[in-house]
Amino acid sequence: MSSYRDLLEETRQQIGEIDVKRARELYGDAVPAVFLDVREREEWDEGHIPGAVHLPRGWLESRVEQAVGDRTRPIVAYCAAGNRSVFAARTLEELGYTDVVSLAGGINDWKRHGYPLEVPTGGLAPEQRTRYSRHLLIPEVGEEGQLKLLQSRILLIGAGGLGSPAALYLAAAGVGTLGIVDADVVDETNLQRQVLHSTASLGEPKVESAERTIRALNPDVEVKTYKELLTSENIDRILADGWDVIVDGADNFPTRYLVNDAAVWHDIPLVHGSIFRFEGQATVFKPHEGPCYRCLFPNPPPPELAPSCAEGGVLGVLPGVIGSLQASEAIKLALGIGEPLIGRLLLFDALTTTFTEVALRRDPDCPVCGDHPTISEYIDYVEFCNPLHA
Amino acid sequence: MSVIRIPPTLRAQTGGEREVIVEGETVRDLLDDLTSRFPGLNGQLEYANVYVGGEDIRTRDGYETPVSESDTVILLPAMAGGSTAENAAHFPRA
Repeated sequence: MSSYRDLLEETRQQIGEIDVKRARELYGDAVPAVFLDVREREEWDEGHIPGAVHLPRGWLESRVEQAVGDRTRPIVAYCAAGNRSVFAARTLEELGYTDVVSLAGGINDWKRHGYPLEVPTGGLAPEQRTRYSRHLLIPEVGEEGQLKLLQSRILLIGAGGLGSPAALYLAAAGVGTLGIVDADVVDETNLQRQVLHSTASLGEPKVESAERTIRALNPDVEVKTYKELLTSENIDRILADGWDVIVDGADNFPTRYLVNDAAVWHDIPLVHGSIFRFEGQATVFKPHEGPCYRCLFPNPPPPELAPSCAEGGVLGVLPGVIGSLQASEAIKLALGIGEPLIGRLLLFDALTTTFTEVALRRDPDCPVCGDHPTISEYIDYVEFCNPLHA
Repeated sequence: MSVIRIPPTLRAQTGGEREVIVEGETVRDLLDDLTSRFPGLNGQLEYANVYVGGEDIRTRDGYETPVSESDTVILLPAMAGGSTAENAAHFPRA
């Protein structure tokens, strides 16, 4: 039977080791090696190599494939003093990783040489680590992503059908600040789909009902309410509060155009959703990277083509699908991950349960985001519907 | 023959039909055939975007874009609805 010392030395012979000077060179390479920190959470929090991947040894076998998918990528495993990383390196080799070394002397030696160190400031509190644990398990989110979400600011236009599921999921996800613009009060016809509100909130301003629901769901979220109709007069003031993403759940064209133009001029990505009966659509308008709403529909239709005043109706669960897609897009944008619906319009038909995608392109002649814009001030379109068609 | 998908905001003009089979070689032909069958659509299509094979015809040959039998044509008028279905009436019948 071998002692710990024996086993360590025996294993050390079997794997590759590098000293911190060599590691520092690898760290500076154009395609740097993956620095894999196999220490425990508390040790990581006291400081780690910037950009390193944290995977405590206890989770190494089960999670390394998610963390480092490419088995040929160079990996430098490190711990505090270079012992645990010896065993980690051997495990990685057993798992088929072909270019693994252990950092002799560990991060202690790295620090002694004065090499770069990142000390996380204001990491997650223990209760946050529990609340967001299912996010922390996803490599694309993780603690860094969760902290990013907690610092994110997302503005919701409307706390109705689309705004309800969007707000609930964004709040549950731990988006740090949610702004909500809505001038309406809750009425009975809303409750078939506007799940932020309840029978008890009938007659109450939607922003207040929404704020109460969000606070009950997640006290981490700060709610900023704007109980006002969005107009050319107040939109710049509201946007001046600083937002990373806007989620558009507006119910009318004047607001859609106002929000679009503002998003372009303030350079804020806009997550668009709309619904009618059984069908909905969603896309992301990211200024200057893809089209904007006016690239699709440069102007509202003329009054003679205005819609009838008749009630359109909507399946109650439909905004749940589209609003949730909007929340998903907003989170991706806030985290900077994945492929958002930029330049793609997703059409959903609940009756046939089909998703269809069409390509949207930026129009170089767009009056707002084009190469030679012709609109440079907000336009307050007058809302209209045509009684003749009713 | 090609299939044109009728958006929900225009179905009142097609007797509720969700898809209509039309004849023609170009988008213009198809839309002419469509409006001849459903005259209520006259003047309603100018503000709709048209997609053939998932691509906006404005990025191809506009109304002259050729349409093959396997292509599905999608009409897309602007939709505003979101917060309240009460205001769904504000969708344009483009």
